[in-house]
Amino acid sequence: MSGWDKFVETFFNAKVMWKYLPDILSGMVVTIELALLIIVTGLGAGLALALLRSLAIRPLNWLIIFIVDLFRSLPPLVIIVLMYFGLPYAGPAPSGFVSTWLSLAFVLMAFSEEIFWAGITSIPKGQWEASRSTGLSFGQTLFNVVLPQAFRLTIPPLTNRTISITKGTALGTVVAVTEILGQASSAMSNSYNPSPLMMGAAAYVVLFLPVVVAARWIEAKFAWKR
Amino acid sequence: MTSHIVDARAIHKHFGTLHVLKGVDLKVNERELVFVIGPSGSGKSTLLRCLNRLEEPSSGSIVVDGIDMLDPKTDINHARRRIGMVFQSFNLYPHMTALGNVTLALRKVAGKGRAEAEALGRAALERVGLAERADHTPGQLSGGQQQRVAIARSIALEPRVMLFDEPTSALDPELVGSVLEVMRGLRESGMTMIVVSHEMGFARNAADRVVFMDDGLIVEQGPPAAIFETPSHERTRAFIGQIQRH
Repeated sequence: MSGWDKFVETFFNAKVMWKYLPDILSGMVVTIELALLIIVTGLGAGLALALLRSLAIRPLNWLIIFIVDLFRSLPPLVIIVLMYFGLPYAGPAPSGFVSTWLSLAFVLMAFSEEIFWAGITSIPKGQWEASRSTGLSFGQTLFNVVLPQAFRLTIPPLTNRTISITKGTALGTVVAVTEILGQASSAMSNSYNPSPLMMGAAAYVVLFLPVVVAARWIEAKFAWKR
Repeated sequence: MTSHIVDARAIHKHFGTLHVLKGVDLKVNERELVFVIGPSGSGKSTLLRCLNRLEEPSSGSIVVDGIDMLDPKTDINHARRRIGMVFQSFNLYPHMTALGNVTLALRKVAGKGRAEAEALGRAALERVGLAERADHTPGQLSGGQQQRVAIARSIALEPRVMLFDEPTSALDPELVGSVLEVMRGLRESGMTMIVVSHEMGFARNAADRVVFMDDGLIVEQGPPAAIFETPSHERTRAFIGQIQRH
């Protein structure tokens, strides 16, 4: 057997791959569910915090900044572990799935709040003044003039963040979430063969490449003619 | 008692320790065009921005078209509809077309439906000579055209007073004329206008009154000829001399 054949036999073993394909596919479903939940709740909460912050209520802003800085500095794995293993001592006992979802949603919330906030503050004061001078209220100005411009600026950093945090769903393995990596590594130990891991890698590419492409499309769509 | 459409009294404005307006009175009659000139830092822009409360005066009273602008009970958004403002840097919304810029407040503030707002918006663009540019975004327009769209955005709301804050200062010289032309047309239609600008030729031809400000105070005011030819204060004379040397 040549070196190449050995390599293929080890990493791309057709028999092993076929056997564990259903496991990987079910892992993909779990990952998609987790990812969608994290994106919707994380970005939603991040935007909500940025909007609250724009009201410029001092004590509230200190609280927002504290929460945001906390979740940006803690490693996501630590948050997941604390929530899954620590929270039950205080009462609620979230499942591994819920712990992973909420932990990563908090992290995405924190990072996206900062990105949305940077977008909002980067809009020149003159835009606010022009809008307010025609009689639009603070809220109308925020939603019609400032946010549409801010969103356009936030799309590239936001998609990068979203993708990197969503890939963190792999951390769910430590709290027994049967997402892609969890399925792949248990298949790997059962088959004594790393081929399932390669399938897992392929599954991540299949999942996230369209997201990257979609992000590019959104960026192009939101770029206004100069 | 004569009724002034703009009646500002004893306006003081502090920015921290900086005393920018030191008790300014400004009364403007209906259909009057008042030019405000003065060295940079004299407080003329701040005064203008106090009139529609983009800046909050530290003290004083401002009544515009019978509305007490500084009364906390005044609906400031409603009051601002009657006071158009044009900025040095145009401040058009870059994510909208010219028509979108003009119709936003018509729809959101004046409560017009889309069709009516667009008809009014196109009419306003027509008045500034840009009907055929309605679907262009600000980035596709020259500075002069952008400023005219900004004027259309204000006049579409049928304001009672228009404030111009150095409307031509950011424009290339060859584009200034088209903006002044639109302002002249507005004046002829009877619009009350307060203009902060150094376009002396325009002031001479079009202004009813020129107000000279220095160091947070109105130093003197009068008809353009009087201020430009025979200013009575030394500071006015020095300032007029400086800008006419250019």
